[in-house]
Amino acid sequence: MMPDLGKYADTVLSAYAVSLVLIAALVALSIWRARRVRSDLEKVELRGKRS
Amino acid sequence: MSLWEYANPVRFIRLTDRLLPPVAVGALVCLVIGLIWGFFFTPDDYRQGSTVKIIYLHVPAALMAINAWLMMLVASLIWIVRRHHVSALAARAAAPVGATMTVIALATGAIWGQPMWGTWWAWDPRLTSFLILFLFYLGYMALWEAIENDDTAADLTSILCLVGSVFALLSRYAVNFWNQGLHQGASLSLDKEENVADVFYLPLLVCIAGFVLLFVALVFLRTQTEIRARRMRALIARERLA
Repeated sequence: MMPDLGKYADTVLSAYAVSLVLIAALVALSIWRARRVRSDLEKVELRGKRS
Repeated sequence: MSLWEYANPVRFIRLTDRLLPPVAVGALVCLVIGLIWGFFFTPDDYRQGSTVKIIYLHVPAALMAINAWLMMLVASLIWIVRRHHVSALAARAAAPVGATMTVIALATGAIWGQPMWGTWWAWDPRLTSFLILFLFYLGYMALWEAIENDDTAADLTSILCLVGSVFALLSRYAVNFWNQGLHQGASLSLDKEENVADVFYLPLLVCIAGFVLLFVALVFLRTQTEIRARRMRALIARERLA
């Protein structure tokens, strides 16, 4: 299934690895921060309603 | 209903909550199809060998690096003219996405350049303007973090964005301005004679669609986050005053 990348296999695979890792990290960080800020805001709003 | 009504943060969040799932799924589908098609089912180039497969990441990332900054420019101009907070926050949200795209374009370009040009880096007009664009992204994000008052930060980053736009455009047209350097001209053109062969072109278009949709989805999500973070800062400031 894996195509024959010949003498440039390292070059092609490292370009794909770097790009996919960076994209995955960006998506994961964006989702993680979205969840954290949403939960923090809920806590602050709840605190405001109680007081 | 006017477009400006979406400058209301609540309306913006409600609208993007509905749009985010289909856009994210579209991005995933296009990226998976485009990258699998390009990596597994396209032939090697007669000159560049299998390194041509890097085009499916390098070109869409470079395209998004420039266009993310242009989107930030439009959002910054809206902030300067109409003072809509959502537009300033959308520009802030887009910056890390654009910066990541610039890093991908620079890294894949260097990896691709080594076997083709015999060097990882050259002070070529396009490469240099791209590096300067990346430094502008870093400066833009640092400026947002450095200023406590959101409105002042939005004002100053908008001005920085206007200045950086020169380099965003330069990185696109540098090859045309200076007919020198290692980097070739545009890989994609509306002129059929200048395009890459169809066998590479079609999966490349699918990958570009995937990168565009990924950018839109991330900007929606990150803008929502920035809106909530701004509200949280305002509530905490109000608590302290009480």
